[in-house]
Amino acid sequence: MLLVLAAVGGWPLLRTIWFSLTDSELADLGDYAFIGLENYVGEYGLLASPEWWQAVGNTLLFTGLSVSLETLLGLGVALLLNQASRLRTLLRAALLVPWAIPTVVSAKMWSWMLHDQFGIVNHHLLALRVIAAPLAWTADPQLSLFSIVLVDVWKATPYMALLILAALQMVPVDCYEAARVDGVPRWQVFRRITLPLILPGLLVAMVFRTLDALRVFDLIYVMTSNSRDTQSMSVFVREQLIDFGLVGYGSAAATCLFFMIALLSIVAMGLLRKTFERAAA
Amino acid sequence: MSRIELRGISKRFGDTPVLNDIDLSIAAGEFCVFVGPSGCGKSTLLRLLAGLEDPCAGEIEIDGVLVNDLPPAQRNVAMVFQSYALYPHMSVFQNMAFGLQHRKLPAGEIERRIADAVRILQLDGLLQRRPKELSGGQRQRVAIARAIVRQPKVFLFDEPLSNLDAALRVQTRLEIARLHRALGSASMVYVTHDQVEAMTLADRIVLLQPLAGRNDAASVAQAGAPLALYHHPANRFVAAFIGSPAMNFVDATVQSLGDGRVLADAHGMLCAAQLSPQGLAVGEPVTLGIRPEHVLLGEGAQRARVSHVEHLGEVSHVYLELPGVSTPLLAKSACDDIAIYDVLAFDLPAQAMHLFRADGVAQARGDAAERSVAAVNG
Repeated sequence: MLLVLAAVGGWPLLRTIWFSLTDSELADLGDYAFIGLENYVGEYGLLASPEWWQAVGNTLLFTGLSVSLETLLGLGVALLLNQASRLRTLLRAALLVPWAIPTVVSAKMWSWMLHDQFGIVNHHLLALRVIAAPLAWTADPQLSLFSIVLVDVWKATPYMALLILAALQMVPVDCYEAARVDGVPRWQVFRRITLPLILPGLLVAMVFRTLDALRVFDLIYVMTSNSRDTQSMSVFVREQLIDFGLVGYGSAAATCLFFMIALLSIVAMGLLRKTFERAAA
Repeated sequence: MSRIELRGISKRFGDTPVLNDIDLSIAAGEFCVFVGPSGCGKSTLLRLLAGLEDPCAGEIEIDGVLVNDLPPAQRNVAMVFQSYALYPHMSVFQNMAFGLQHRKLPAGEIERRIADAVRILQLDGLLQRRPKELSGGQRQRVAIARAIVRQPKVFLFDEPLSNLDAALRVQTRLEIARLHRALGSASMVYVTHDQVEAMTLADRIVLLQPLAGRNDAASVAQAGAPLALYHHPANRFVAAFIGSPAMNFVDATVQSLGDGRVLADAHGMLCAAQLSPQGLAVGEPVTLGIRPEHVLLGEGAQRARVSHVEHLGEVSHVYLELPGVSTPLLAKSACDDIAIYDVLAFDLPAQAMHLFRADGVAQARGDAAERSVAAVNG
């Protein structure tokens, strides 16, 4: 098991880190020189590149916005679905549809819907007189990241909702009944009983989504290609590696991305362990 | 004072009737126990009182106020759940305080009430613990304390002892009885499937029977003082449920009727029963009943072989083979030298006999029955 893991995970990772210390190019991978940390801290190194920092900023903004919106909406949907009803099973299945569609397909679908001239979104907003002129959802630098966040929220909210629903269904019913007999107001019940009891599950879901969102690639690449205004770290890596053929430089960016996510994962796991210990105590 | 009145209560889940036509009044300060086999709706009846379920028909009054449409919080009841329903993430103190914090109580009142409950239920030193760090008995006491601090008019207990082991159950039973005396004015309604709990705790027992899909049957098999149910069961269901081991039943036909006396023929064995012959006819098929503790061994004219013996130490359960009857007659005996295959003399005292008509209704026994049974045992 560890061998397999080392073969599929460890080897490519080590190779990427090695490449990041060289000046190799895509045209001829065999011809390279070792240049140390030049790709990171050199004059033209990653850490001095405004494009890279813009990509980092875009990614963090995207992650922060989408995960918080998905958590809030997911929680709302989960609370609604947690009410016993005949429709619940059906709704649970229907909910999964956005999650089940491949991202490339849904990204393309939304690109068309958000198209500034022929898109159905502009058409309806115009008809309803919400906007006076068509909006360039994916091209306008002010709007494009916002549009991408919206599509991601549309896609990932069901996932959040289902994970939170699972946590909600673990809360013992009699705790709610005890609170009802005691006449505790609904908001208090939510804040003092529901929320603390689903917190471990909620945090796991948020960590998963955050790690996912930090690596975001397909959605942004399909909707806005290499636009600097929305480029995420992963899109930046691809651009350097493939479009510009700078394997060494691109690998350095990929390595940075890897260490950022690794660091966040470790922090998140520590946080989760603490929460679980508190819940278990 | 908090009197509870139930009038014509019925409850169905979908098409399944659970409770039917319940008329009941529970006096202020009374300890009333709902008992019955599983599926008889006793917990549902309690939840109707709490307001966690709504009746399909009928009226519920607490303290003279019609509470049908009042939410649980406004009924002034506190409930102790079978699973305790403690909030797992809160300390014992928070568990008790949580139900009070939203009420605008004077400063220090919450602490004062909790201190009282801690004293009554001996929870000192546990206040900062989480429910997980408590034993089953301690959790149970916390659950009861949480009910006490609300100072309700009515306490509702839903099988509070069923998750405890046997020794702890006896101890907690005593504590609940003590608590009832200490709290005085509050009524308690207690649900259990355990007749020993019912007999020991209750001022009054309400024995419920499962409806088993029938819409016409009434849910309450009998309501009354524990010893009234024991000595004067209204029907065969009550007679079989109350008492452990259960009453012996033998099919018989009425042979002759006398003044306060019925003679019945049970597969060739003539049995006299000292009870009212009113409404019986000679030749009518009936069921005779006698409790194991009332069967006399070693005297009388009847003879039977012992098919099995259970020695419990203080008492022995002796199973007697009767001709023509498939289930053996069970007798309790203080002798522990009885062995299997012994042939014993036995007697079924007329004053200890119960008689049930074909529809299960008991034939009235005189008030003398209790006294004469005591004399037989003495």
